[in-house]
Amino acid sequence: MARGRWAVRVLHADVLVIGGGAAGCSAAITLRELDEDLDVVVVEKAHVERSGCLAAGINAINAYLNPGETPESFTEYVKRDSAGLIREDLVYSVARGLNEAAERLEGWGVPFVKDSHGRYLPRGKRSVWVRGEKIKPLMARALIYSGARVLNRVNMTNYLLAGGRVIGACGFSVREPKFYVILAKAVICATGGAAGIYRPNNEGPCRHKLWYPPFNTGAGYAMGIRAGAEMTTFEMRFIALRVKDVMSPTGALAQGARAAQINGRGERYLENYPDPSTPMRLYATVMENRQGRGPCFLDTTTLDPALSRRLKEAYLDMSPGILLKWADEGVEPHERPVEICGSEPYVVGGHGQAGYWVDIKRRTSLPGLFAAGDVAGGAPKKYVTGCMVEGKLAAEAAWQAIRSGDGARPMPEELLRRNIERELQWVMAPLEAETGFTADELEERLQKIMDEYAGGISCHYELCRHKLLLARDYLVQLRRDLARAKARNLYELLRVHEVIDRVYVARVLVEHLLHREETRWRCYQERVDFPHRDDENWLKFVNSRYDPVTDVVRIIERDYKELGESHEH
Amino acid sequence: MSIKIDRERCNGCGLAEEALCERICPGNLLFRGEDGRAAIRDARDCWGCAACVKECPQQAIHMYLPMQIGGRGSTLTARKKGHEILWTLRRPDGSEELFRIINERPEAVVNHTGAGGS
Repeated sequence: MARGRWAVRVLHADVLVIGGGAAGCSAAITLRELDEDLDVVVVEKAHVERSGCLAAGINAINAYLNPGETPESFTEYVKRDSAGLIREDLVYSVARGLNEAAERLEGWGVPFVKDSHGRYLPRGKRSVWVRGEKIKPLMARALIYSGARVLNRVNMTNYLLAGGRVIGACGFSVREPKFYVILAKAVICATGGAAGIYRPNNEGPCRHKLWYPPFNTGAGYAMGIRAGAEMTTFEMRFIALRVKDVMSPTGALAQGARAAQINGRGERYLENYPDPSTPMRLYATVMENRQGRGPCFLDTTTLDPALSRRLKEAYLDMSPGILLKWADEGVEPHERPVEICGSEPYVVGGHGQAGYWVDIKRRTSLPGLFAAGDVAGGAPKKYVTGCMVEGKLAAEAAWQAIRSGDGARPMPEELLRRNIERELQWVMAPLEAETGFTADELEERLQKIMDEYAGGISCHYELCRHKLLLARDYLVQLRRDLARAKARNLYELLRVHEVIDRVYVARVLVEHLLHREETRWRCYQERVDFPHRDDENWLKFVNSRYDPVTDVVRIIERDYKELGESHEH
Repeated sequence: MSIKIDRERCNGCGLAEEALCERICPGNLLFRGEDGRAAIRDARDCWGCAACVKECPQQAIHMYLPMQIGGRGSTLTARKKGHEILWTLRRPDGSEELFRIINERPEAVVNHTGAGGS
């Protein structure tokens, strides 16, 4: 497929939204509500109807303020669960919008389960049950009705910059030989986090049986890194406690059905660990296994058998694979404890807090660029509703910026042409290679390096300086080898770019892991050479900026601030 | 974890520009082969989200677990009906369990603002 056959399409918009998930849909709809004359383009690498994290649906809204909870108590909870280090300003602003976001989902048609007073039925203090199998098609319908333009099956590769300002982005169609250049007055990045950086639990035919979608490969992070945006807290990886093999979420069992975590001896082992935070529940499970008291389970045998049927229905709304597991084992959910394990580590700002360093308006360090959702850092545990709130906040700020005349200046025609030509050449190069490495080969190398030297499953998520230094060296080498990637068709080209993006994310991740010389988050950031939490020296943010010219990631430390103080760029 | 396409049942969505499964697969994995029927590019790359299982109007796609993680022949198929989804879980012994689950508020307004929906 020679480059000459590629058609270049240049589009102009007021706002470009990259990613059509919870944050992106919310951003685009908010923009169109603010101003119906605004030309908003949403670019999605799959199809907005079933893309990203929500493709399979959800059975709970995990960030919602039930009666008795307040934005303050929510912020306090997230801070406590995250070992005292979060961007309180961001988390608080998320918390204030959660319930409105949930109501908006209901307005779009998502059925919420209600109690006898007509209130959303709580699953936990900060979550409610939904019948959300169809959440993504309903979100997409609201997006279409908003009048935003949607470009499906286009994978974005890099921002376009003029004088340090983001003025648009480039990408390619994964279905036909078309290269897109989209110029806009403001750009909102709302892509997902990154899966597939570490070697997964399952192999071969099950290699994509992950909890997080394998198709979320950190494009938004990688674009920001390559453009020199400031990134924060990549070292707070997210590792989920999941149902073994099928990697289904455990919330419906643990929180919804109150199934206790038990070890191989039938003991409720969490009682032997200091605090009940999310990372500690995972750490305890890893330790029980290492000390010979595994495997670990969620004890469903104490459940009322009538609950089994309801559990199966809840899982059909979110992760149907577990029903096949029960059926293949010939058991009902209440007849046998469900075995649990840790997932592969992910980089994802909706659960952990890796992402763009943003201010309260969700402006990144690059003028003209906003970030929202999984790709925005500093605000863990935002989940679907929190991502929607961030999309709305980013949209409001982008609109204000445009109205105040803070739009992009046009790039000189000749410079734009040269930029497009250079990007097109870089994007298409794997198609022109006769020999070279396939996406699979590069992916396997990346995952092996990260698994063995940067705290993967095979080393119980543990990190130490000397191994991380080896990871750094191997990743620098791997980045050079990316230039020898080959692809025979558009699908393979997409997969090559997904690996390229993950290598950039991995390099930044390793630098962050190296820099934080303490253990703040069990398993997520477990430095065995610095095994204790050290608030005196490390209650601060580790940020970074990549320099594409020198190929170096520079670390920047930023102070922790209490609620009421904001971080400015 | 993966899906299987029944090539006898699949009609490639007839003359549609794009088959429904091809349209909604979040991994861009499904396409129509030269015979016009749906096929998966690489079964190893499937996430198991079941979007295609639910979307197929012919019920030509089912979900199963590979042997590696204990798959022994159980299958899941689905059918959309109004504001509900109907699931069929078929066990290796041939027994079936049916589920009928609401997936959309029947009274929802078709308005992006969500306003007016009660």
